[in-house]
Amino acid sequence: MLQQILFYAFSALVIAAGAMVITVRNPVYAALSLVVAFFGSAGLWMMLEAEFLAIALVLVYVGAVMVLFLFVVMMLDINIAVLREGFARYVPVAVVFAVLMMVSITLVVGPRHFALEFVAAPPPADPDYNNTQALGRALFSQYLLPFEAAAVVLLVAIIAAIALTLRHTRQTKAPKPERQVQVQRNDRLRIVKMDAEKNT
Amino acid sequence: MTEFLTSQLAFLPAPLVTVLIILLKIVIIVLPLMGCVAYLTLAERKVIGYMQVRLGPNRVSLLGIDFLRGWGQPIADALKLMSKEIVVPNGANTFLFLIAPVVALGPALAAWAVVPFGAEMTLANINAGLLYILALTSLGVYGIIIAGWASNSKYAFLGAMRSAAQIVSYEIAMGFALVGVLTAAGSLNLGEIVKAHAGGLLHWYSLPLFPLFLIYFISGVAETNRAPFDVSEGESEIVAGFHVEYAGMAFAVFFLAEYANMILISALTAVMFFGGWLSPLPAALAEIPVIGSLLGPGIHWFIFKTAFFLFCFLWFRATFPRYRYDQIMRLGWKVFLPITIVWIVLIGAAVVWQLPPWFAGK
Repeated sequence: MLQQILFYAFSALVIAAGAMVITVRNPVYAALSLVVAFFGSAGLWMMLEAEFLAIALVLVYVGAVMVLFLFVVMMLDINIAVLREGFARYVPVAVVFAVLMMVSITLVVGPRHFALEFVAAPPPADPDYNNTQALGRALFSQYLLPFEAAAVVLLVAIIAAIALTLRHTRQTKAPKPERQVQVQRNDRLRIVKMDAEKNT
Repeated sequence: MTEFLTSQLAFLPAPLVTVLIILLKIVIIVLPLMGCVAYLTLAERKVIGYMQVRLGPNRVSLLGIDFLRGWGQPIADALKLMSKEIVVPNGANTFLFLIAPVVALGPALAAWAVVPFGAEMTLANINAGLLYILALTSLGVYGIIIAGWASNSKYAFLGAMRSAAQIVSYEIAMGFALVGVLTAAGSLNLGEIVKAHAGGLLHWYSLPLFPLFLIYFISGVAETNRAPFDVSEGESEIVAGFHVEYAGMAFAVFFLAEYANMILISALTAVMFFGGWLSPLPAALAEIPVIGSLLGPGIHWFIFKTAFFLFCFLWFRATFPRYRYDQIMRLGWKVFLPITIVWIVLIGAAVVWQLPPWFAGK
């Protein structure tokens, strides 16, 4: 009973926040709604006794990805009126694509394959069950190869992102901290011994 | 005590009793925490005052007792802040402006749920405690960037942007330092981590994980935006940074969040590297009849260690000049991150080969 109330509460939160993401006008509000949606999803995962995934979702998406998102969105000076121009003209096309997407998604993950009678509710885990340990075992034994492959893909993506944004030709007068931290006192300061001024 | 309350409240439905007891425990944790925050501000002004050869606050006495001059200062400050007007600037986003201090304070208090104060003194003894702490400390930045943006002020916005970049950068070094701890302890549960320290002073993880301890603590100072990493406030450059437009209680809540976070980082350093509630003295001393309970493990050791690291926070502030922004970034990415990665590999090897005395028989 309590579980059902919690489930519907979290689901309602996720759906409401998701709707807010695409309907609110202010992009900062949209990003913050997405944060709320992530929290709702984390709550749902927590109810599936997947506490590692739930906390990792908050840690990675809310704690890092969305911070950078907000960072960018706050710096943009978005003129919403310009963005909304021609909205009415494109509505028919948008509706056609939305319906197509809806139909294809329903066909793939709809009730034909994922109705409640196909997917039994998982039995509640015993109190000693450690989701983190179970996940680690699975990742480093059964799914070791896909795990390593994903790591390599991520590494390639990081290198590509750095290579795309690195500009060698940029001539700046920015100071080089690696040289600055090596400065010793003797490079900058000369102590001069002087006699005190004499009274004549 | 829990059993006593449960038996006294037996006339209520069982789930309600559980909720009431949890609420009571939260009050027991949060009220002393708030007191600590209030008196930490006094300690900060006094300690820095003495370090700079002046007296610090010494006017407002408590209950008119001459000996306690200065001790009434936090209460006077709190009363002053409560009676001040909260000004919402023109063009500010009122909703986000008012909710930002709450967003800053929430995670700072919620993280205390998993901190083990003693052997059986934890509000929520959860398996993924370390991860929970990491997730919640990374949420603290939201209050700052929302405040900076909603204030509609260039200074506040600059402070918020600096703080966001700084916290995201140092979170990585911090997370890697914690990976070293969990590799060594073999558990994400904070209580289990403390128990892995058992066996006296030499078994504490501050010895095998010494570089990670230094990096964790320095990253903690950076994460709480304290000097010498306080570029998000930077009063000599951008007035007061992200909270420049805040006044009265709204400002005080930011202050509470910052100090609660400081205490949290100090407590976690004690838990993860210095054996939490465990005693540094040999176990034989705990057998002595009267003073044995003081010399043996107990919450007083946890408080003592936490207080020492809090003192370090104040000490740093009185000693170091503020880092420049690009130097902060360089320190985080080019110095701390490589060191933590190398040390994680070394710790992994030490655990696999069961290096005595820390990892034997794991």
